[in-house]
Amino acid sequence: MAFDKLELRDIEVWDGNFAAAQALRQCQIDVVAAYPITPSTPIVEGYAKFLADGYVEGEFVMVESEHAAMSGCIGAAAAGGRVATATSSQGFALMVETLYQASGMRLPIVLNVVNRALAAPLNVNGDHSDMYLGRDSGWIQLDAYNPQEAYDLNFIAFKVAEDHDVRLPCMVHQDGFMTSHTAQGVKTLDDDSAYGFVGEFQPMNDMLDLDNPVTHGVQTEEDWHFEHKARQHRDLMLNVAPKIQAAFDAFEKLSGRKYNMVEKYEMEDADVAVVCMGTSVETAREVALEMRKEGIKAGVVGIRVFRPFPFMEIAAALKDIKAIATLDRSSPNGAAGMLFNEIAGALFNTDTKALLSGYVYGLGGRDLTKAHLRDLYKELQANVDAGKVTTQLQQFIGVRGPKLAFL
Amino acid sequence: MLEIRWHSRAGQGAVTGAKGLADVVATTGKDVQAFAFYGSAKRGAAMTAYNRVDDQPIMNHEKYMRPDYVFVIDPALVYTTDVTINDKDNTVYIITTHMSKEELIASQPRLEGKKVYTVDCIKIAQETIGRAIPNTPMLGAFMKISKMYDIEFFKDNMVRILGKLPQKIIDANMLAIQRAYDEVK
Repeated sequence: MAFDKLELRDIEVWDGNFAAAQALRQCQIDVVAAYPITPSTPIVEGYAKFLADGYVEGEFVMVESEHAAMSGCIGAAAAGGRVATATSSQGFALMVETLYQASGMRLPIVLNVVNRALAAPLNVNGDHSDMYLGRDSGWIQLDAYNPQEAYDLNFIAFKVAEDHDVRLPCMVHQDGFMTSHTAQGVKTLDDDSAYGFVGEFQPMNDMLDLDNPVTHGVQTEEDWHFEHKARQHRDLMLNVAPKIQAAFDAFEKLSGRKYNMVEKYEMEDADVAVVCMGTSVETAREVALEMRKEGIKAGVVGIRVFRPFPFMEIAAALKDIKAIATLDRSSPNGAAGMLFNEIAGALFNTDTKALLSGYVYGLGGRDLTKAHLRDLYKELQANVDAGKVTTQLQQFIGVRGPKLAFL
Repeated sequence: MLEIRWHSRAGQGAVTGAKGLADVVATTGKDVQAFAFYGSAKRGAAMTAYNRVDDQPIMNHEKYMRPDYVFVIDPALVYTTDVTINDKDNTVYIITTHMSKEELIASQPRLEGKKVYTVDCIKIAQETIGRAIPNTPMLGAFMKISKMYDIEFFKDNMVRILGKLPQKIIDANMLAIQRAYDEVK
């Protein structure tokens, strides 16, 4: 191979961005087309530096916008290369049109999304608005709660996305600043094991295979459009989850680190549970353990695979819980909240008697404190004791001014 | 859990210092976190950085912290920000200043009754590294006050962490760390 390897220590102290950049190096990405935006910039900057220093054999394409960045990725992926990029917030929003092109053209691009608020008002800090914006785009979406997972899930993403039974692009999400700029211990894979896990890129319908000409990006109109979209949805519903599970299993064999579609913590005998994503999952885990010492049987459910949504697994995880809180880190802007709606949907046809309430928190990077979570668990326990939801169904946590609650 | 809050100006190296400390601590098998509040980072703007250290995996991602140690690496921040916010009864302060401890506390009554140590990291950095980058000397002072690690072990690790810098700069940083270790009081 025409590049140098890097000797990593077993545990490196990396932030989420650098962890993702190292994973891109180890996966030997052929093309990164990128436009920088806070807080995701260090990922593509890191790849560019590895490339310049001779640690990757690939190409970095500088473009004039995120729309062009994803367009470049689409072109390179259609040509037949392993492709990745990174973005956040407004950049993600500008990419949206091309996200649908990438998934509709069945191109296995990996996009690291460092979750950040959407303007206005302008804000560079982390919330889940951009992640939520991508949820109908036909991509697979994986969510990391810390730098270790931002590293690991990149390998999972390539493994799943490039599988010929999948051929769908995949986002790896991490929380802006709270993960992307927080340095923590990351257990590393050596270069050969990491590359061995994702394997040599296997092209499919690549445009540079001149002996087998193919057409990409066609127009179909009403006679074929629906069939293409239905096929894509079918593959997301049926093909992707088993491939993710297989990748999780293989990764556990390699690294000893176990991932699940739905992450359950202290759920075996829990009475009350919060469902959330990102760094909040870990903070909630710590608080759940503290609540148990106070006699409240608290648990946490983290969504690891956001799309395809693990509908059945969520229902199974929550069916015996007495009171559930969903924590949405994105303004629902006139609705109950994404997680509230998804969880309600997953539980509706079960015989659960769970009391479900929704919380909106952490917009624009606003801190979710352990004190907030302690109050929340106590509120859930009060719901259990009263046998009904004692508050309004939607409440805001940590916003200044008079308490905001709706529904 | 050991928690540290750094008060700094953007560009003085608090983030690098916090990450460097985390890196050294991680080599001893402990779990670490290093993060910062950036705001819309402008060079010279007041900012804070943070460390968490524990024997257990650190799952807490809240930004709220009641620090065991407060490092102030720019002397003026004692007056323009509240460096005592969310402190505990036994919070230890290591503050960069050219003044004596008594003069410092007289000039900022908020520090009255607190465990305060002083060291002039700015002067040390200027005289050794040649620039007012007070982050590594602060860590030297911290090693002395906390007795966390033997200073030679700490310096050996910092040599590795600063690895890519020119040897002259690495040597100057080691001198700065040792001087702050010797001069903090």
